Formats: sequence, structure tokens, C-alpha cells
Amino acid sequence: MKAVGDVLKYGDNIDTDVIIPARYLNSSEAEELAKHCMEDLDIDFLKKLKKGDIVVGGQNFGCGSSREHAPIAIKAAGVSCVIAKSFARIFYRNSINIGFPILECEEAVEEVQTGHKLEVDFKSGVIKNLTLGKEYKAQPFPEFIINIMDNNGLIECVKGNKINWGHN
Amino acid sequence: MTKPMNMTQKILAAGAGLDYVEAGQLISVKLDLVLGNDITSPVAIKEFNKTKLDKVFDKDKIALVLDHFTPNKDIKSAEHSKMVREFANQMEITNFFDVGEMGIEHALIPEKGLAKPGDIIIGADSHTCTYGALGAFSTGVGSTDMAVGMAAGHTWFKVPEAIKVVLKGKPAKWVSGKDVILHLIGTIGVDGALYQSLEFTGEGVANLSMDDRFTIANMVIEAGAKNGIFPIDETAVLYLNEHCTKEYKVFASDADAAYSRVIEIDLSALKPTIAFPHLPENTKTIDQVGEVIIDQVVIGSCTNGRIDDLRIAASILQGKKVKRGVRLVVIPGTQKIFLQAMEEGLAKIFVEAGGIFSTPTCGPCLGGHMGILAAGEKCVSTTNRNFVGRMGHVDSEVYLASPAVAAASAVTGKISSPEEVM
Repeated sequence: MKAVGDVLKYGDNIDTDVIIPARYLNSSEAEELAKHCMEDLDIDFLKKLKKGDIVVGGQNFGCGSSREHAPIAIKAAGVSCVIAKSFARIFYRNSINIGFPILECEEAVEEVQTGHKLEVDFKSGVIKNLTLGKEYKAQPFPEFIINIMDNNGLIECVKGNKINWGHN
Repeated sequence: MTKPMNMTQKILAAGAGLDYVEAGQLISVKLDLVLGNDITSPVAIKEFNKTKLDKVFDKDKIALVLDHFTPNKDIKSAEHSKMVREFANQMEITNFFDVGEMGIEHALIPEKGLAKPGDIIIGADSHTCTYGALGAFSTGVGSTDMAVGMAAGHTWFKVPEAIKVVLKGKPAKWVSGKDVILHLIGTIGVDGALYQSLEFTGEGVANLSMDDRFTIANMVIEAGAKNGIFPIDETAVLYLNEHCTKEYKVFASDADAAYSRVIEIDLSALKPTIAFPHLPENTKTIDQVGEVIIDQVVIGSCTNGRIDDLRIAASILQGKKVKRGVRLVVIPGTQKIFLQAMEEGLAKIFVEAGGIFSTPTCGPCLGGHMGILAAGEKCVSTTNRNFVGRMGHVDSEVYLASPAVAAASAVTGKISSPEEVM
């Protein structure tokens, strides 16, 4: 499971209100939400974005509201993954749950700049900076997370009650 | 004998059917309540429907509250509410709250006795952490987690580390729970408690009303926390006696439980505190504010729309007028609080002062409706977030404050201490 794309880099504390402003939350359609992705952070975001590009953020990416619309909008806009120093916990869970890969890697975020080309291997956690010819190491996804990604989200894994919660 | 645990560990251990859990451990737990609103539930319902299940795990343990864009502000919002309404009817959800019964979810759920000590609660709303004020483990999740919760009645958690916040002393006259939590966020930052639990303890807890505690627990997410939690004392028991008919189990931290960090706050030393744009951590005390001329004041939300909040605001606004050029929007948290405010004459005070008194809604807090800001406008708000564009235009500004500061600012037209007008 890999992603290759050019980087769009932003700062710390990118909140869910700028990722998808609440004025658009009267829709729950991914394609509709994608049209306004990052609008209040960078009005030209969608113009700059090419399918498969990688968003890089600083600390506490996705802080604020629990709106799953935020990772849904980023994913539907065509971003292949987000790499940040740290993620707000609800955004982190939501991304995994919808089958959208995100990685924490402080070292990569320090060096990577907008326009760099990255190759990310989620199974090994290796992030290659093809522009600089360098490598960074993030935590690889364990098997159950890979399973969620492969199934395009948690709900597909839950179908038919196949998850064993361990107790009743 | 088991190893010592803090309050959150004990609740999660019980929910997982284990004697002991440690920070970092992945566990699955049984859920006592799964909550959603009119924005997050439609996404959750679409996910739930993919499972092809014809019923939820327990129709009594799900709460659906139409509070964000209600009474519906536009056609699309109305379609979302309709979807939730139909789902609630189809699944025979006991605790479905539509316009007329609804309130802002985090004011409503405790009032209805649906959150109680020892519970494990998830809600597809980040401010679900509010119920930690009643000794529950309660945390915000997204719509897929809500959907899985509704289907399975279980979820998984990583047991968080805990930060112990020791409260001492008694707050001064115009200092409330809002100032306590803004002070804390200003101290540790918006990711100061990321992935962690904030456990409030110490003799100062006794000097905080339940409404103060709800406000504090409500905003722990603004420091990145997974949950906030308060011990159950006499004040909490009195609240529960009045609102909750169900039995509950009280968990208390062991004296030698592990914490990643200990923070002390002397409540008597706190001053009214304001968070400047565009992060809740950008705090200043009232004496550091300088002159900030404002266009709007909002008093309400899941953070500060409870009866104590309205009483404090009314005590300042009584017999005074809102400054010409300032819009004052007052929004009670629930229908019950609305009626209380009518009966106590608070609504009359707000309207006579030149403000408006609305039906419960999250409305302006997230820039939904009922008080959107234009470019360049400034608002003092008792809500919880002041991010870019949160209440409207990207070039508008939100200053977070207590109901006392908000009311005083409405009178003067600039950010002001209650002492300036009393």
C-alpha cells in the first residue's frame, strides 16, 4: 500500500473549521464537501492540488470539531495522505475509520517543503523524499489498520458482525 | 490486590471487563450511550445502513438531538433533520429530541438524566466530553464510530495517560468555570493534553457549581484532551438526585494512581480570562485586554448556555442597555432553561436591555445561523472556539469569554470587566 505525490505544506493547528467550514455542513455528500476543502485556510487549495498530492501539516492537525466531513472532504478532493507532526485524536480516528491514510512523522515535516515529491509506504512506514533523495521513518500501520484501508473504511469490516469485541 | 488506577482507568477497566488497564493499552468496551446530532448523524446513518442491520444494538442507549442547524436554517439542513427523524422512528429510538423537545445536546443530556457516573459515552460531537463533569468517561468521536457504536454497542479505545489538575481555593465574584478552563488552555496550549485525560481534583472542586464543572469539562477538547473528569461529591449527587432516576456506580481515583503531569490552579488567583483570535490558547486576563471594540455578543452554547450562565448575565444587564451598535444574542441551552429564564424574569431583562432571546440552538457558535459575522466584525462569545471563520467571514474575529464578561461587554461595546459596569 503506497502513495506517491507532490507536497502541499501548511502549519500547526490546522482546525476542522478551516478544513471544511460549517456553512457547508448542510451537505453530507463527499463530492460536495470536497469542493470546499481547505477553503478558509487557502482559497487556492483546489487549484494547487493534483490528484494524489500529499498534505503536510505541523502539530495538532485536525483539531476542533468531530466532523468526519473534514477527512471525507480531504480524501474526496484527491489527497492521497496527510503527514503531520501530530494529529488531534478525533481527526485521527475518523481518518482511519474512513480508510484514509495519515501518518505522524516529525522528521519528515521538518524537512519537507511544498513541491517536494514523496513516496509513502504505509506497511513499512517509510517516507521517501524523492526530491531530496532522503528517507524518514514513521510508525507503520499494523495489520488491522491495513485491513480497514483495504476495505475502504471500518464499516465495511463491521458488516456481518465479523469484528470480535472480546466480550458481550 | 490490583495496582492503583485513576478514575478514567477504573471506568475503562470496568467497561472492558478487566481488573486493571494501563495507559497505552488497547481495549474494547461496552457503551452506555451513543450520541449524535443533525450534522454528524446523517453521515453515521449512511454508514449504519451499509451494515444492512434492521435494528440498533439498544434503542434506549442512543440519543439523537437535532440542535445544530435547527430550527432548520435551509432546505439542505431540513433534509438532514428529516433523515435523522425517519431513522429515529424506524429504529424506535427512545431518546430522540426534535424541535420542541430538543436543547443543545450537552446541556440536554445531563438534564434528562442520560449521563451518569461511571458511564462510557461516545458522541459524534467533540464536546461530548462535557459529561465528565458527572464522573462519566465521555468522549467525542466521528460519524463512523457513532455508526459502529449504534450497530455493535461496543467501541475500542487506547487507555489515555492522565494529567491531574489540582484545584485550590475559591474563585472571586466574577470568575467562573469558563475562566478556569480558559486559564488552563492558555497554560498548556491547544494540544497540551493531546490523547490524554484531564482529571480535576482538589478541595477547590467543592467551590465550583455543577454548571461551572460542565463548562470546564466541555472545553477540555480545546486542549486536545480525550476526556475530562470530575470526582462525584455532594454537589454532583444533589444534581443527580434532581435529574437522574437510574442507578449508577461511583468510581474514585486511588491516592497513588499514576499521572503524566500534575498542574495546580489556585482558583482565588484567577481573573476573568479572554481567548483572543484565532486559538483558544491565546488567552489574556481582563487587565491585559486593552481596547477591543465589538459588534456582537453571543451568550449561549453547550459551553455557557445553562441557567447559572443566564443568571450571571442577567444580573449584569438588569436595568442597563446594550450599547448602540452592538447586537446581543442570548440562547438558552434547553427548553427547560428557556422556561426557567422566563419564570425568573431573565428573558425580560435581556430583551429590555436590547438583546434577543432565542430558542435553543448551536446556531452562531459554529457559524451556522442566528448571528453570522461579516468581514471585519468582532464578537465576544461565551462559546468554545475562535478559529478562523468559526462564526462567519474568514476576516471576522471571535473572543471567547465568560457570560459575565460577555454581558458587561454588551453594555460598554468593548471587551470589559463586569466591575466596570456594576
